Amino acid sequence: MYLGKVIGTVVCERKYEGLEGKRLLVVQPLDHTREPSGPPEVAVDTVSASPGTLVYLVGSREAALAVSASQPPPVDSAIVGLVDSVDLLG
Amino acid sequence: MNLCRVLGTVTATEKHPAFAARRLMVVQPVDEAQKPAGKSFLAVDDASQAGPGDLVLVLREGNGVRQLLGDKTLPIRSLIVAVVDAVDVPAPAGGPGR
Repeated sequence: MYLGKVIGTVVCERKYEGLEGKRLLVVQPLDHTREPSGPPEVAVDTVSASPGTLVYLVGSREAALAVSASQPPPVDSAIVGLVDSVDLLG
Repeated sequence: MNLCRVLGTVTATEKHPAFAARRLMVVQPVDEAQKPAGKSFLAVDDASQAGPGDLVLVLREGNGVRQLLGDKTLPIRSLIVAVVDAVDVPAPAGGPGR
């Protein structure tokens, strides 16, 4: 799991059934100092995030489980929390 | 498992139900000399009561996490599974220590 900032939205007309009705957002992964760590990615939203918000995500198979455990959609990145604060030591 | 240093905590009110009542920590992977090695990431702390500054072992495999927590549907990939008391890695014979 990792931190990220929502920087945009993605709209797709033609898509696999599992993606129907899912909100897709462009997210810049961040490290604990909020510096970019790696290239932006497209993630499915499960918590009503909006552009500009700090979020945390889960990747890989767990992203599909976060959306639906019974009918996992074809996604490998999911926003699973809206971050209120990150409190670091020192 | 990865050896990691706990850097801090993440607070989130709005989140996936799987993360409710579970602490989320920022962890930094470290090498055998406990120097930072790689990018920081987030790990759930379910029962270990680890705190900032602690050296911990982090399981980074979702199936292992689901077996451990007894829920096949959990979207959790990283879990703190131990608080480390000591790491002992002797310097290789003939080479300089580090």
